[in-house]
Amino acid sequence: MPETLSPDSVGIVIPQTQHFAEPLLLECGKTLEHYDIAYETYGELNAARNNAVLICHALSGDQHAAGYHTMEDKKPGWWDSAIGPGKPIDTRHFFVISLNNLGGCKGSTGPNTKKPGSDKYWGPDFPIITVRDWVNSQQRLMTSLGIDSWCAIIGGSLGGMQVMQWSIEYPALVKHALVIAAAPKLSAQNIAFNEVARQAIQSDPDFHDGHYLEHHSIPRRGLMLARMLGHITYLSDNAMRDKFGRELREGKLSFGFDVDFQVESYLRYQGRSFVERFDANTYLLMTKALDYFDPAREFNDNLVTALERASARFMVMSFTSDWRFSPERSREIVKALLAARKQVSYVEIESEQGHDAFLIPSPHYMKVFGSYMQGIVERL
Amino acid sequence: MTLRADLAIIASWIKPGASVLDLGCGDGTLLKYLREHQQVNGYGLEISERNLEICLHERVNVIQTDLNNGLNDYFADNSFDYVVMSQTLQATAHPDLLIEEMLRVGSEGIVTFPNMAHWRGRAQLGLGGYMPVTKSLPNQWYNTPNVHLCTVRDFEQLCHDRGIHILQRTVVDHTHSHSTLLMRLFPNLFGEIAIYRFCRKTGH
Repeated sequence: MPETLSPDSVGIVIPQTQHFAEPLLLECGKTLEHYDIAYETYGELNAARNNAVLICHALSGDQHAAGYHTMEDKKPGWWDSAIGPGKPIDTRHFFVISLNNLGGCKGSTGPNTKKPGSDKYWGPDFPIITVRDWVNSQQRLMTSLGIDSWCAIIGGSLGGMQVMQWSIEYPALVKHALVIAAAPKLSAQNIAFNEVARQAIQSDPDFHDGHYLEHHSIPRRGLMLARMLGHITYLSDNAMRDKFGRELREGKLSFGFDVDFQVESYLRYQGRSFVERFDANTYLLMTKALDYFDPAREFNDNLVTALERASARFMVMSFTSDWRFSPERSREIVKALLAARKQVSYVEIESEQGHDAFLIPSPHYMKVFGSYMQGIVERL
Repeated sequence: MTLRADLAIIASWIKPGASVLDLGCGDGTLLKYLREHQQVNGYGLEISERNLEICLHERVNVIQTDLNNGLNDYFADNSFDYVVMSQTLQATAHPDLLIEEMLRVGSEGIVTFPNMAHWRGRAQLGLGGYMPVTKSLPNQWYNTPNVHLCTVRDFEQLCHDRGIHILQRTVVDHTHSHSTLLMRLFPNLFGEIAIYRFCRKTGH
């Protein structure tokens, strides 16, 4: 809980919701007749209206990227380390928009909201949503906010994939594309992890084929397991060793199946607290969006051809210990951009933090990120 | 904007509108100059964190990579008009392989390096018996990044052996961008920094 707000915080922010009445045709063939998008903004749109920055969230993210909702909040938004006055995404210069993607569970239309004209939750009937659907809905949000184009779109992990999709789908609307700890598509191993997570959720007796809200239950164990698994893949072997080693929680072995090691306790805690704030159906949808992402598919599986459409300047960043989306995956993106003769820079940040590193403000990362953003500010 | 003497010469050798890859681009000075004055589309490879930050701030396209791992498959054959390597060759693990790589991805290569056979260096080693420490080679033997120093003659020998055709050569010192008569007559003795432009000999 912040006693006082730090000068580099965006402060207290008020979540907003925009309603859209124009139907949105989804890639799966279904249509969302109308829908809501929850979002937050930080900073001010300038007179030239050329300083708008879009933040795309990752699997478990939402619109609350920076600042606090109340002075009682325990934690700030998920990317508070990078957004605020004097931070890389400097709100003294940029007008920042962060939204909850469709299918999310934090106020945008998704499985935990009611179907239009009905008392029933969307639940498992919410259509499978793709990265491209998100980009299309984000473009509508952009227009509704009176923004003509983005001076930058920034995202890590699944967020980085949205950035890539934007640059291909709406080249004229994106000046700078910052793709952080992402991949041009998932590997079989990535998909396998997602499938185990989905199985964990779907095999929970409290899942009720996705209709758990109507049964007044939550597939706690399944969602917790999914999160525990995810968490292992977000950390590096070294990061876990440094954080927990083989430290015992009670100082001795219990010779039972209760928690012995600190790492078990940590994972259970992470899993449990996730259940309190996240929706299982949303988790399923997000993992599917990840699995399906492959912008090269409709260009004969040629990423270079796909990216040839882009006109943004690209900034790609990866983290050395990230094995979920390793530097090798980011280099695939960079190589394709180079082959397509796009303006691109690439930095590989030394880090022990694994995939999570993109959320952690390590000095060199913040410097590199900030230098690039400052270069944008000076040419606004 | 005044360029370092060797960079100014490189810039004068590069045709406007060309595509350039700069290996070890430092703070991006050359690429920025070429972009602003010669409409050059360029990329730099660099490893130092500080230099990367400066390049990003200056909107110079920069790819973080360790040249000792080659060009990391980043570039296809013949994808640049020029591949430049200024004051970097002598600090790489495999200069010969890197030169081959330069001519794989570029039509022409341009390198600059401190000439080990400059008379000051010769005097320090030959008369004083010490490893040379000069303005172009400021480090002591134990902390120098320059693990593969060479002379004008050495470089030309390598080119000869590898079927590389030297298109242009000039030598300068740190203060003058133009060669003196002595430098032109005896480059290996009076040239402090050597600059070469070269290409693959036809038939190789």
